[in-house]
Amino acid sequence: MQHIAFFLVNSSMQIIAVRNLVKKFGQIAAVDGISFGVEENTIFGFLGPNGAGKTTTISILCTLLAPTSGTASLNGHDCHAESALVRRSIGIVFQDSSLDKDLTARENLLFHAYLYDVGKSERKKRVEDALAFAELTDRADNLVKTFSGGMKRRLEVARGLIHRPKVLFLDEPTLGLDPQSRANLWEFITDLPKKHNVTIFMTTHYMEEAEVCDRIAVIDKGKIIASGTPAELKKIVGGDVIYLKTTDNRKAVEEIRELFGAEASEKDGEIFISTLRGEACIPAIIREIGERVLSVRMQRPTLNDVFLKLTGKEIREENASAGDDIKEAVRSYRRRHDRG
Amino acid sequence: MIEANAVYVIVMRELKKFVRERSRLVSTIARPLVWLFLVGGGMSRLVPTGRGVSYMQFIFPGILGMTILFSSIFSSISIIWDKEFGFMKEILVAPISRFSVVVGKATSGMLLSTIQSVIILAFFPVLGLSIGPLQIVGIVFVCAVLAFALSSFGIVLASFYDSYESFSVIMNFIVMPMFFLSGAMYPVKLMPPVLRYFTKVNPLTFGVDALKHLIYPLEKGPMSADFPFVIDVLIILAASLFFVTLGGKAFERKG
Ligand SMILES: Nc1ncnc2c1ncn2[C@@H]1O[C@H](COP(=O)(O)OP(=O)(O)OP(=O)(O)O)[C@@H](O)[C@H]1O
Ligand SMILES: [Mg+2]
Repeated sequence: MQHIAFFLVNSSMQIIAVRNLVKKFGQIAAVDGISFGVEENTIFGFLGPNGAGKTTTISILCTLLAPTSGTASLNGHDCHAESALVRRSIGIVFQDSSLDKDLTARENLLFHAYLYDVGKSERKKRVEDALAFAELTDRADNLVKTFSGGMKRRLEVARGLIHRPKVLFLDEPTLGLDPQSRANLWEFITDLPKKHNVTIFMTTHYMEEAEVCDRIAVIDKGKIIASGTPAELKKIVGGDVIYLKTTDNRKAVEEIRELFGAEASEKDGEIFISTLRGEACIPAIIREIGERVLSVRMQRPTLNDVFLKLTGKEIREENASAGDDIKEAVRSYRRRHDRG
Repeated sequence: MIEANAVYVIVMRELKKFVRERSRLVSTIARPLVWLFLVGGGMSRLVPTGRGVSYMQFIFPGILGMTILFSSIFSSISIIWDKEFGFMKEILVAPISRFSVVVGKATSGMLLSTIQSVIILAFFPVLGLSIGPLQIVGIVFVCAVLAFALSSFGIVLASFYDSYESFSVIMNFIVMPMFFLSGAMYPVKLMPPVLRYFTKVNPLTFGVDALKHLIYPLEKGPMSADFPFVIDVLIILAASLFFVTLGGKAFERKG
């Protein structure tokens, strides 16, 4: 984290600027003095495990919670003092669905258009566009309670864009979706900044998903522990690892050390080499000792490795046991039922 | 500051959902009719009221009040459902004032309750009452004001509760006592002093009393209205203003 520069908070391009933000619930500091900025028309990812403070930060930015101390501003307006102006500039997809399931897709969108005072001449067109955008035109007049999870999520994203916000918040947009729907939704989301001229502020705890972000801040226990581009963050764990099998491993190790000055060692019949630019290293190795190489593979660090290195724990257990699944289900049930 | 677009769309949503949920209409209409004909009809034989109104006629204003009380509170309590199912957040992050949300909810409660009380009012000929057109206008007006006051009161209640478990608490410990301590089932002037005190802090009492004035204006004696008509109307108007303001304030709170 030492190498990662924090963004300058005052730059004029920044549509979101947060400084020393603190939010306490009783004794617990859910957000514990965070500072960051988000540039216009980029995708910003907020990454962290359960209870890190992601939703709390979003709630402050979208004016639903008052901060305990510190400031947050959006589009130049203070999120607490000028909440009315901030609300005009934002669209949100909450962690838990906020659709009215007893209304149809079209009614949900129309409700939104009226609520945001979209003019009469524009209203119908924007609703139809949003339906097309969410690929729900043929289901427009069905009650939302008959929709699948992916359809509801798409509808919520489309609804959040009806009033042309400057910033779209997505709090765990893919939670509870199958891999196929997740991939579809991401395709849909990554196009937004260009298509709609909107800045995206998203949270997730799926590390793979954060790859689409222009910048990432990793948050744990209410504190930002690292931030930067995905590539910058990966450098924290030391770059790529190349694995080689050769006809004579011991000789190859010596040659590689001599030729490249790279760190190489042998383990379990495989040579592994740590390097910052694996894709440039492999051709060089092949050129020098190519005839003795039997196989070569390269592993890039994932954001998961980053998280592991920074916090000493996995952000999300990939192979969660059944017990953990149940715990997670209980936790998300509580989350849904403890709040207003 | 009230945004007309917000009030309009909140009211439209409630009306649409009301029309879709037929079962709700059936139950809110059935309850007062059961009370009127089963309880009122039975008690009429037990309670001699002399030459004045019969007991069943006597409770008719109270039954209208009951219709309004239940449907207004029920309508406002839907805020708890909206919180529970997340839709309230969609409303709270919109660029509209909290007061518009409260006015929108109170107005929908008022419209729905008034419609239902008019349906109950249509039963007056069955009870042998004769009510003229001018009285009907007055009754609808009083029903609407009372409904607005009680819907706003319901919003204040709903702002304190987050989960639907609280629904039965509100029904058993607030709504039912309000009904029994309103002069709906027995005249306030015949109540023990302690209970009479409670009736005087209950807005429903004055709404029901105003309806008694309008429905049997000529009645004298124990079954007649308990307070002057003007006072009744002023109090329910004041209660409307008070609770809608309080509701706005309660909604203003941020965590
Ligand atoms: N309304 C509240 N009252 C009390 N504590 C709260 C409240 N909201 C959040 N918290 C606490 O603040 C901490 C951060 O919660 P938050 O919802 O911001 O986490 P998160 O990063 O969004 O987690 P998740 O990935 O599970 O959604 C948690 O410890 C949580 O229990
Ligand atoms: Mg969250």
